[in-house]
Amino acid sequence: MTLRQLFHFNGGVKPAYNKEPSNALPIMVAPLPAELAIPLHQSVGGIPRPLVQAGEHVRKGQLIGGPDGYVSSSVHASTSGLVKAIEPRLMPHTSGLSALCVVIEPDGKDEWADLAPIPWRSMKPDEVRDALRDSGVVGLGGAVFPSYLKVNPGKQGHLNTLVINGAECEPFITCDDMQMREHAETIIRGAAILRDLTKAEQVLVGIEDNKPEAIAAMQVAVKATGEPRIEIVPVPTRYPAGGAKQLIRVLTGIEVPHGTRSTDYGVQCFNTGTAFAIYEALELGRPLISRIVTVAGNVETARNYEVRFGTPMKDVIALSKAKPDTNRIVMGGPMMGFAMPADTVPVVKATNCILVGSPTLFPPPPPEMPCIRCGECARACPTDLQPFEMYWFSRARIFGKAQEYHLFDCIECGCCAYVCGSNIPLVDYFRFAKSEIWARENEKAAADGARERYEFRLAREEREKAEKAAKLAAKAAETKAKLAAAASADDEQKKALIAAAVARTEAASATRQEGTPGAD
Amino acid sequence: MTGYLFILLGAVLVNNVVLVRILGLCPYMGVSKKLETAVGMGAATTFVLTLGCGTSYVIDSWLLMPNQLEYLRTLSFIVTIAAIVQLTELVIQKTSPVLHQVLGIYLPLITTNCAVLGIPLLNIGLRHNLIESMLFGFGSSVGFTLALVLFAGLRERLEGADVPKYFRGTAIAFISGGIMSLAFMGFAGLDKFK
Amino acid sequence: MLTALFVMALGSVILGGALGFAAVKFRVEGDPLVDKIDSILPQTQCGQCGFPGCRPYAEAIAKGEADINCCPPGGEDGIHKLADLLGREFKPLSGEHGIEKPKSTAVIDENTCIGCTLCIQACPVDAIVGAAKQMHTVIAAQCTGCELCLEPCPVNCILMKPIDESVENWKWKYPTFALQARKAA
Repeated sequence: MTLRQLFHFNGGVKPAYNKEPSNALPIMVAPLPAELAIPLHQSVGGIPRPLVQAGEHVRKGQLIGGPDGYVSSSVHASTSGLVKAIEPRLMPHTSGLSALCVVIEPDGKDEWADLAPIPWRSMKPDEVRDALRDSGVVGLGGAVFPSYLKVNPGKQGHLNTLVINGAECEPFITCDDMQMREHAETIIRGAAILRDLTKAEQVLVGIEDNKPEAIAAMQVAVKATGEPRIEIVPVPTRYPAGGAKQLIRVLTGIEVPHGTRSTDYGVQCFNTGTAFAIYEALELGRPLISRIVTVAGNVETARNYEVRFGTPMKDVIALSKAKPDTNRIVMGGPMMGFAMPADTVPVVKATNCILVGSPTLFPPPPPEMPCIRCGECARACPTDLQPFEMYWFSRARIFGKAQEYHLFDCIECGCCAYVCGSNIPLVDYFRFAKSEIWARENEKAAADGARERYEFRLAREEREKAEKAAKLAAKAAETKAKLAAAASADDEQKKALIAAAVARTEAASATRQEGTPGAD
Repeated sequence: MTGYLFILLGAVLVNNVVLVRILGLCPYMGVSKKLETAVGMGAATTFVLTLGCGTSYVIDSWLLMPNQLEYLRTLSFIVTIAAIVQLTELVIQKTSPVLHQVLGIYLPLITTNCAVLGIPLLNIGLRHNLIESMLFGFGSSVGFTLALVLFAGLRERLEGADVPKYFRGTAIAFISGGIMSLAFMGFAGLDKFK
Repeated sequence: MLTALFVMALGSVILGGALGFAAVKFRVEGDPLVDKIDSILPQTQCGQCGFPGCRPYAEAIAKGEADINCCPPGGEDGIHKLADLLGREFKPLSGEHGIEKPKSTAVIDENTCIGCTLCIQACPVDAIVGAAKQMHTVIAAQCTGCELCLEPCPVNCILMKPIDESVENWKWKYPTFALQARKAA
């Protein structure tokens, strides 16, 4: 076997991984809860419109949210039951705000809607994309980008390398690890489908080398399925090797610059969970209705569960039994996760891990101290940015300069905050700056639109005035012409009368002259 | 040749017109809030000063000295410089209206910039010939631009810093300028081998 | 003495001639600065600054007739941007032109609307849809919150509703931490 050359990305950190004990037990299927609250907005892009009403009966896998717009995905019922309501519910989002959810009460029968495998091999690429969109498959690595938009062969008509991301670099999370151990063949078949859809020359599955069982299982699966051009590549364990651009760099050496897409360089990256979902969607016709979720942290039994979307997080946590001193719940891992406002929020497509925290496990951060410009953050940044510069200007709200230091290329991995000696919450500053800049751009776009409409309105008023004036002028000309015609007709009549009178006078004088001979 | 190099080096670093001779402080403090305006001001002053030094030398050696009219030096230099500045202002207004609006009142104030009068007069005192005068003028204005650009970069950084309330703005700028001046005095002796 | 006068006169004539020529050659038409100022203003066309629209206000600022702190919809942010562009000092919003209010949109109460079209004529961005004796409604996405439609409505059926925070337009807060007093060891 030839040794493949691997490359290196700058920066990164090696935190304690805490992958045990959640990777010790097999995946358990979580039982159905009493109520499922399925949010409509679960992916990047436009919000799906609800296609069902309260009181309707739905079956498992039935479409309940239709895509709205080009970048949008669909949402399906996670089980069969009655739609109790379509109402705002608390979202698994740091803001603590609510958004529209379809609330379903399971009827216990759990019966599928009519499913049919999709004959993707004989369909046109556009039709396959539509089918994927209607299956609700989104990136399950955490970015939840609609997958149908990524399944295209790129500008050259084929990809050079398809990367399947099984790295799972963040501490505590083991969902991809367990899925690879138990369902390796399905994932490989999903990768093969992606290989054929993108016409990739080779498929590289990157798995961190702290997962020897997963690597072995996947290698066995490649041999067993006999799929060609797929290679399992163990990569060195380093956070964040699982970042798309970082993994692409490690496996292929290609550095995708800012502002460009990896497809411009002939590479695309999908998560192993997404590959699994694509197999189920295309070969079995099953839409995306569940995912593997790791429950870890301050629990009695850390474990992975197969959870239907819309299940309240507290039901899943109860299966692992949270310890009594639990004080917070984080969706995601300790580096990139978001604090949840309550434990009643539903599990969504982005939930790869529910981390249960306590004051001992995640102590409150020490107070922020001034930046001493030590440069450790720049050394740790995997995207070769300068966090201390971005921090300086985000903090002072000088957003123009923050953008000059490539603020939007930050992947918010948390390496800089992890190494900061002054305990500065760097990623929070970057998120604040990014959302402020987006808000300002939206305002500017709205203002530009308002100016256009205002100028159009002024133009419209001018045009209406001009049209009115033209009409009046036309009418005035018409009346004048009429009067002139009438006047000339009058004139003609008058002339005729005068001529007749003159003729009569002349005739009269002529007869008079004849009547008086020898007058002069 | 080395003589010219020393004149240039001396004018840019050793005897920096703003930081060592302490001339031309008005635009140094007034136009250094942003890097782009500082560069624009530096470029305008370079043009004015180089041209001004040349014309001043010509006027002095061909018109004033032969006719024993040395007492008209200041007056005629100011008139020449004022005309050149007015010309520069017209060109800038045409080519970059934003720079013109941002420089604002400081553009015509180049006329009263003590550096722009001082350098031609220094040329007379140092008995430079035409080439040396223009080189000295060019070097001084490059030094002026250098000081302005460095200071602008510093002030942009200071905007985001935790400056105590009553030091913010001009106060901390003056303090920083003074420290910069101290730093530039470290170049003294650079032209020791002259 | 005479030579001095002659020299000065000669100098003045030459320089004056050069300047006159330059003044004609480098003549500048129009004022692109007004466009730059106008692109910063929020385009609500509400008239709170005292000028009949955003463009006249921009022209007044460019001429130096108006101060930069008269626009309430632009807020403190807008004043900062104008100060940056023009190199002027930042001034807080002047009270006589109004106060900065949270962003709102107009909503027409359909039960009370009589279909008189007076609000349609008042809206500077044509954000109200309707016709005579037909129901009027405000297109929320296009309403700038200028409040010019409130006055003409004869039945007072238009309300200003503040835009709610939703998951889409929620912004991350500025990171702060609570200061804790500790006793000296």
